[in-house]
Amino acid sequence: MSATIEHVDEPDAAAHQGHDKHHIPKDGYFIRVAIILAGLTALETSTYWLNFGSFATPLLLTLMTIKFFMIILIFMHLKFDNKLFSVMFYIGLGLALFVFGIMLFTFQFFRG
Amino acid sequence: MSDIAVHDVPPAHDDTTAGHGADHGAGHGAHATATGLSNNKLAMWLFLGSECLLFGGLISTYMLYRGRHGRGPGPDQIFDIPLTSVSSFVLLMSSLTMVLAVNSAKREDYRNTNLWLVITALLGSLFVGGQVYEFTAFYHEGLGFTTSLFGSSFFTLTGFHGVHVTIGVIMLLSLALMLSRGRVTGDKAEVVEMIGLYWHFVDVVWVIIFTLVYLIPS
Repeated sequence: MSATIEHVDEPDAAAHQGHDKHHIPKDGYFIRVAIILAGLTALETSTYWLNFGSFATPLLLTLMTIKFFMIILIFMHLKFDNKLFSVMFYIGLGLALFVFGIMLFTFQFFRG
Repeated sequence: MSDIAVHDVPPAHDDTTAGHGADHGAGHGAHATATGLSNNKLAMWLFLGSECLLFGGLISTYMLYRGRHGRGPGPDQIFDIPLTSVSSFVLLMSSLTMVLAVNSAKREDYRNTNLWLVITALLGSLFVGGQVYEFTAFYHEGLGFTTSLFGSSFFTLTGFHGVHVTIGVIMLLSLALMLSRGRVTGDKAEVVEMIGLYWHFVDVVWVIIFTLVYLIPS
């Protein structure tokens, strides 16, 4: 067993150690993401006027999921941030999906 | 085998080290905490995780009761999809202006930060105005809070969301005012980011409500 003791006195040492250092894209990137989100919203809204038949609900759920993750990963910076922040959020989200999924199943919501 | 690194970690609120993001070089992003992360930010993410449970409960309850409207108006007869689509678009664009405010704060460009914060607050107010108009129209068409289970669950869900947006608008305007008067101490970029996280969460909840409540036929 050996111990290597490294003394670091640079001011940014904690930044390297602390995992909170992240690279946030420039404004143009977020504008492009917002344009994509607006396009997806337009596609969602079009299902009100255009008849997609039985394809409508799966399409809407897919678009909703894509928009959800685009916002939390890019706008909320989860993609660029420390993984611990993601864990904090996904625990709550996962618990909500689990608990209320069971609730809806219990009340036979999925039987239509 | 063990490697021990001894770091001279500076104080948490030292302006030379507090976390502003990537563009400012050494020291930014450092926090003198056990994890090296900002405790405020961790707490905010934990809070947002708990908010998933709140809105999960409200959305599930609405899903269960949306068909229970008795003789009162049902979702298919009462929803004004074009109006709600415009509201959704407005809230979505407010997320863009919010992220631009956060980016400006990270560049220490507080003039633009203030501008984007105020624009975000205005867009949020527009959304809340649309919701008030919608609620009033529904009431005049015969859908009150106690008319049916559908009415109760709908107004509770969208009302809770509206209150969250209103609180967000108040926080945005307060922050803009405090920034312009130099009343924000410590890491300003982190404060803007905290409120930004809350705002984006409110937007992301609306993404779900818009699809599940308004667009998917009952």
